[in-house]
Amino acid sequence: MKKTIITVVGKDSVGIIAKVCTYLSENKVNILDISQTIVQGYFNMMMIADLENAAKDFSAVSDDLDKIGEEIGCIIKIQREDIFDKMHRL
Amino acid sequence: MININEVLETNKMIEKQNLDVRTITLGINLLDCSDTDVNVVAENIYNKITTVAKDLVATGKDLEKEFGIPIVNKRISITPISLVGAAACKCPEDYVVLAKALDRAAKTVGVNFIGGYSALVAKGMTKSDEYLIRSIPQAMKETELICSSVNVGSTKTGINMDAVKLLGEIILETADLTKENDSIGCAKLVVLCNAPDDNPFMAGAFHGVTEADAIINVGVSGPGVVKSALESVKGADFGTLCETVKKTAFKITRVGQLVANEASKRLGIPFGIIDLSLAPTPAIGDSIAEIFEVMGLERAGAPGTTAALAMLNDQVKKGGVMASSYVGGLSGAFIPVSEDQGMIDAVVDGALTLEKLEAMTCVCSVGLDMIAIPGDTKATTISGIIADEMAIGMVNQKTTAVRLIPVIGKKVGETVEFGGLLGYAPIMPVNQFSSADFINRGGRIPAPIHSFKN
Repeated sequence: MKKTIITVVGKDSVGIIAKVCTYLSENKVNILDISQTIVQGYFNMMMIADLENAAKDFSAVSDDLDKIGEEIGCIIKIQREDIFDKMHRL
Repeated sequence: MININEVLETNKMIEKQNLDVRTITLGINLLDCSDTDVNVVAENIYNKITTVAKDLVATGKDLEKEFGIPIVNKRISITPISLVGAAACKCPEDYVVLAKALDRAAKTVGVNFIGGYSALVAKGMTKSDEYLIRSIPQAMKETELICSSVNVGSTKTGINMDAVKLLGEIILETADLTKENDSIGCAKLVVLCNAPDDNPFMAGAFHGVTEADAIINVGVSGPGVVKSALESVKGADFGTLCETVKKTAFKITRVGQLVANEASKRLGIPFGIIDLSLAPTPAIGDSIAEIFEVMGLERAGAPGTTAALAMLNDQVKKGGVMASSYVGGLSGAFIPVSEDQGMIDAVVDGALTLEKLEAMTCVCSVGLDMIAIPGDTKATTISGIIADEMAIGMVNQKTTAVRLIPVIGKKVGETVEFGGLLGYAPIMPVNQFSSADFINRGGRIPAPIHSFKN
């Protein structure tokens, strides 16, 4: 399993989750968990996704998500889970 | 499983508080590049560096992308070149040939800096060491990416005062040869006492002879993260303050360790150490001085600053050692003036003087770092400042360093702009009383009594 964390931060609007999920499903990225919260009026979504069987490699997915982020006016980041795991778990 | 608040906390550190991995430094042994012909040595050096380090920058960029954290510098440290060139270099000019080869190699592999244009002369200078030291001004003038360091003392050997005297002159000459660029050559030249073999930070990085053929050392950073964490415990007692610094240092260092392990795995080069230094940058908020302010000091340099720094330095280490399998390098807070906006402000406001900075270096890892002084400062005065700083290192069994920039043509009150991570600095006043007769004695200062532990 290649666990990664996808975060979407931006102004709340219709279809943000749909857009990101559509892209991920088209590229065979499995979503394991989704959670969201509003911080200071900004929409924050986090997905835990598995890139093990993804159609594209990490770098290509990252570039695509950047573009989608620009289209919908959000900042989308994809990061390997390890950085969060190492920082917050012993 | 990781939750959204933890993810947001980490990303806030990266995006808002300037958390980054300051440097991945690849140490490369060049002893096997030795030859009696200087051009052959230059070619061997170029070939070895461009082979061993060919994937360093690309790997660093991949890791940045995958973890979403900036890796600000990718650097190389090499065996002190006075050892590599000893058999070939018969004059200072020969060393400049090697300097140019190093600069070319650094540009080919795309690193930010290459450190190790160095000599280790804590007890005495060989002819080769002296040629290298005398070649530094020309080498700094003719290259861009080379950092030079000279270790002139240690707790075990005492201080080589002949080298201290010579380096006062060499620093001035370097300033003069690079005066068109505000004497920037001196920003890449540091004089050390008790220099570590595995330091990933410039300008003092070199690959010591006790090291393996190649090794990955990583320097973490994060003054902004520490500052921000301390803002949340405003008014709390020192126990709470220390706990907060420790926890923050732990988190920062775990990220450094992760990046170090990954880099080591991908490059097929063993991991050496994590350097736990808090390294500021000129970015607002990424400042050691601002940490003091959050702790309750009006400005860096106010009475209490040395105590605050001692505490900060100690807590960073206590948090950091738990997070890393091997700790080394300098591992202490850096207090460079030009690279820290809060320090610059403190100097401009008259809160921070050279003498207070010297006192502060007694309790943190580096020394008088990135301090601009008037260009007409006497060589013996510079040597005097170096001698003081070396004595602090020698007696306290710690690393100390001096990186002074006598800016030719500038006087106290003017500022000098170095650009990038090197920042800008106000020219600071220097004590005008003479050290000449003391410095001109020559010889060495013996090792202190507490170094005889056998």
